[in-house]
Amino acid sequence: MRVTVRLFARLRDLAGSGELVREVAPPATVETVWRSLVADMPALGDYERTMSVAVNADYSKMSSRVNEGDEVAFLPPVSGG
Amino acid sequence: MAAVAVTSAPLHLQPLIDEIVGSSGADGAVTSFIGTVRNHNQGRTVSFLEYEAYEPLAVRALQRILDEALQAWSDTRVGVHHRTGRLELGEASIVIVAVSPHRAHAFAACRYTIERVKQIVPIWKHEHFEGGDIWIEGATADPDDEAARENAHRIACA
Repeated sequence: MRVTVRLFARLRDLAGSGELVREVAPPATVETVWRSLVADMPALGDYERTMSVAVNADYSKMSSRVNEGDEVAFLPPVSGG
Repeated sequence: MAAVAVTSAPLHLQPLIDEIVGSSGADGAVTSFIGTVRNHNQGRTVSFLEYEAYEPLAVRALQRILDEALQAWSDTRVGVHHRTGRLELGEASIVIVAVSPHRAHAFAACRYTIERVKQIVPIWKHEHFEGGDIWIEGATADPDDEAARENAHRIACA
């Protein structure tokens, strides 16, 4: 199934793109999507300990289920204000 | 003009004050905070900042902060606008307004809001300085982290 991956800030720079369409085998979780991404782009891996994740623009967890067409976002530590 | 906004347009305080104060005339206190682009950071001479947002989630997170503030200070209304894109030195990156019958609540809700923005809103600063650029990384955003929320509340009431 296909999911849209969104990457922000330095994660976006490291990946060279802020939006990627990825194919993952169901049943998948946020972690499944992350592992497939890091397999292709190992430089992203360092963020696993500090990032947050979101599914369809709502904060989520690595263990959350992901469905066909979902938007999965990986968020480095935030620095707004 | 909404109570919450994430926008690439320049920010202005007065329209947000007008929005949050409304027309009732029942409130005795209006506090505001304007965050602006500083010319130095951690020993670096800053040239300009670029703010990036995950906009739909940033709007939700800001709305959540307003809901939290209302839970903590039920007589107090808050509005917050955050800028995105390139900002020059001195430009406003965030404006916050809190309105209450009581000044203590208005000050506290305003301070609480900026502290929570720095904890849970998916917005990032890309700092361009003399000699390079760097993504600023602050807090790992976790809206369910009660310790972080309590810390923001403690700072707000200090």
